[in-house]
This record gives sequence, C-alpha cells and structure tokens, in this order.
Amino acid sequence: MSKATVELPPKAGFNFDLCRRNDMLTKNGVHAPSFLKTGTTIVGLVFEDGVVLGADTRATEGPIVADKNCEKIHYMAPNIYCCGAGTAADTENVTDMISSQLLLHRYATGRESRVVTALTLLKTHLFGYQGHVSAALVLGGVDITGPHLHTIYPHGSTDTLPFATMGSGSLAAMAIFESKYREGLTDFYIYILYLCQSIARDEGVKLVTEAICSGIFNDLGSGSNVDVCVITKGKVEYLRNHQKPNPRTYISSKGFSFLKGQTEVLSTKVTLLEKPQQEEGVDKMEE
Amino acid sequence: MGSRWSPYDNNGGTCVAIAGSDYCVIAADTRMSTGYSILTRDYSKICKLADKAVMASSGFQADVRALQKNLAAKHLTYQHQHNKQMSCPAMAHLLSNTLYYKRFFPYYSFNVLGGLDNEGKGCVYTYDAVGSYERVGYSTQGSGSSLIMPVLDNQLKSPSPLLLPAKDAVTPLSESDAVDLVKDVFASATERDIYTGDAVEIVVINAGGIRRESIDLRKD
Repeated sequence: MSKATVELPPKAGFNFDLCRRNDMLTKNGVHAPSFLKTGTTIVGLVFEDGVVLGADTRATEGPIVADKNCEKIHYMAPNIYCCGAGTAADTENVTDMISSQLLLHRYATGRESRVVTALTLLKTHLFGYQGHVSAALVLGGVDITGPHLHTIYPHGSTDTLPFATMGSGSLAAMAIFESKYREGLTDFYIYILYLCQSIARDEGVKLVTEAICSGIFNDLGSGSNVDVCVITKGKVEYLRNHQKPNPRTYISSKGFSFLKGQTEVLSTKVTLLEKPQQEEGVDKMEE
Repeated sequence: MGSRWSPYDNNGGTCVAIAGSDYCVIAADTRMSTGYSILTRDYSKICKLADKAVMASSGFQADVRALQKNLAAKHLTYQHQHNKQMSCPAMAHLLSNTLYYKRFFPYYSFNVLGGLDNEGKGCVYTYDAVGSYERVGYSTQGSGSSLIMPVLDNQLKSPSPLLLPAKDAVTPLSESDAVDLVKDVFASATERDIYTGDAVEIVVINAGGIRRESIDLRKD
C-alpha cells in the first residue's frame, strides 16, 4: 500500500500562501493597492416594537470622497437589515453571502429567519478569517422573539445592545445616544403609545437621524446624506436619503466652456483597421 | 521599536491664487483638521504680509504661524530701515530665503503669495516647503490642489515660462470672473476632498486696496 500522501487544499478558510510573498514585496517597496473604505457612521437603536438602523452615505479612498451617495444599510432577510462599516467590498459581500444562507435556511425550515441566526453566521464567518475580512456591522431585525440589535466586530466578537454605533463616526454618534437615549424609548413610550400610536417610532427615527448627522458633521470619514431603516413586526420602511443636509453651496452662474486646443496636439497618426476576412470552412450558425 | 514621536502634523486645507492684469485674488478655505477630526471651522489661512502682499498657507498650522510671525518681524525691521512697505516681489524672495534657512528642519507649510508688483500688475508666487519658488499666473496648494489645478489649467492656460521673449503670465479673466471661478473650484473641491470645507475666504487686491469676502461651503 502506498504511503505517499497527497496535499489536499484546505476545505475552507483563507489561503495564506501569498502572505510571505506579499511581505517580501512590501519590504522591497511594492505596495498593495488601497481599498475603498467606508469611513463611516452607522447606528441602530431598539424602540418599543422594533429597530431603527441609520447610516451616512459617504465612501472614501484616503482623503478623497469616492462615492457621495452610497448605500450602507444592507438587506439580510425580509425582517433583518445590516449596516456595514469598513472595507466596502467586505461589507457588501459578507452581507450578501449570509443573506443567501438565510434564504436557503428559510426554504429548508419554512420559518422566518431569526436575528440570532444571522448573528451567528456572520460572527463565525468573520472569526474564521481572523479579522482579514474587515467588516464592522450593526445588525438589526424583528423576529418571533421580538426586536434585536447587535454589533459585530471584524474579528468576530459581538455585542447585544439597546443602542449601538460603529465606524469612524461612532464616537460622535454615541455622544448623541448617551446624552439623549432613555429607556423611555422602550418603557416610557409604552405609556405614551396608549395616547399616540406612532410617537415611539418617530422619536427613534429622530434620534437616529441626529446621531448620524453628528457623525456627518464632526467626522471627516462620514458625510453627505442620512439613510434610515425602520423594522417593525411584519413591516420594513427603508427611508433612503431620509435627510439631505449637504447640498452644493455654489454653482457658477455662467457655467464653463471648454475650448478646444487647451492641450495642444503634438502629432497625429491614423491607422485604419483592416476589415476582418470571413474565414473559410467555418460553419455558419444555424437558424 | 514602536513609532517615534513626530514633530509634524498635517492640518489640511486648500489655497488658490489668481493674478490678473490689475488685480490679484487669493483664497483659502477655513477648515483646520487633523486625522478624521475637525479642529475648527473658522481658521483663516490667509495672512497680510504687506500692503500689496498676501500669503495663503496650508500644511502644519503651527509651522505656518511661526513662519507668519517670522515674516512679520522681518517686515517690521524692513519698514524701520527703509521707511516703506515691502513690495510683493521682494516679499516673495524673502519668503523663499526664510523657507530655505530651515532646509533641514523645514517649515511644513505650502504657500502661495499673491499681490501687485511694482507696475501694479497682479502677481502670484508659488512655493514648496523648502523655498523653491516661481512667479506664475495662477496656483493652488494644499489638500485639494490636485483636484483644482487641472481646472485652472484648462480655464486659465498660461504660456510656457520657457518662451522667449517671455510672455505675460497674467490671466485674461476680469476680476469678477476670477472671483466666480475661485468660488466654483472651492465648492467642487469640497465635494470630493474631506479636508476642504466649511467656508472659503477670498481676498482681492487691486489699485483700490484690499477687499475680503467669504462664502459658505459644505460642512460635512
């Protein structure tokens, strides 16, 4: 019996083979390309009968604004949404992958997805990649057990909180939450709810908007507009561009003309493409 | 082992200057920031060095302040010795020498100097951190300069400085058109550069003296 072993590729997880090569390249002055980072403000809070998620809409690449109106509140399931901060590609793909797993799980079980299921799938995925998938998430949703809000860090640790913030603007946003959030949004407003049906929801949206605005104006990594998503039992309101507090401040009344010849042409050469000839012996496509 | 303390910071900001036949426009935004934080939304980067010489500076504001004080002291001495204000071309050379004096521990400042020359024509001088300078028709420095410079190049194309005989570098625009262009390029740079914003301060120098105005920019 042969004792030769075949090296099988690992069944799952990252392949770190290129890390040594990349270290060598970095030492020799070859740097990896930079990623699109969403230096971001994302927040979430739990109110009486649901969850409010919020996000700004700026994506940056170093000091440059790459996208002035991107979407950072991602769909996970009909009753679960997830805000993403970190590398844009990671947040988009990780939410998409888990979203599809949740859909398959719903097909298999015939039940509504639970927020803890999404949470567990996300954290095991991120932990497996040991922080190399740089996604910092705020996960919120309403399931059979009620409203839930969680934060997930890139290394896979999680928190369960009544209000949460993430991203470069998390301190600015948390300052608003810490000064203005009251358990009242859950308890006090139960009483108010008897008087006025939707005040708790509106109060939650207002507080989330204020927290995002705090990030937009005080954190350079965040900016442009406010996106909000309100999830209640059996209902989702995705308020894309809920507020637009940053219009352009000045537009030249005369407009611009771009004259030809501002960059002079030094020489011109025109090469005509040869007409491709019909190859013989090639079957013509049948009808 | 570990990162050593660094004497420099970058406080961002953008400066623009445009020279016309009988005027000069110098402009800068008023945001001062570090990292992802805004330190203040209302800090003037523009400094009047003499009656006909105004400097706009971005970079490290502590060094910029030190440089401004140094130049003010030297200009005061000049006034005592010559009983007159320094001309803009003289101030331009003084600034170059002042920067080069600290060649091996530079002022981390990126300056444009604008004003009127001895014939009353607009002049703009642009610098690097160690004193290399050049008289040009228009210039921009700072964090948004790479966004603004191509627009100025397109709108205010100037003749090559190598041409013989030398051609005038001043722009063909009227004063109001130049101010309008400055407002527009700052509004545009603010859209895409995170270190530019809050407000733009515009200084116009002409035969009538110095005029200041300002407009708001995005604050995010």
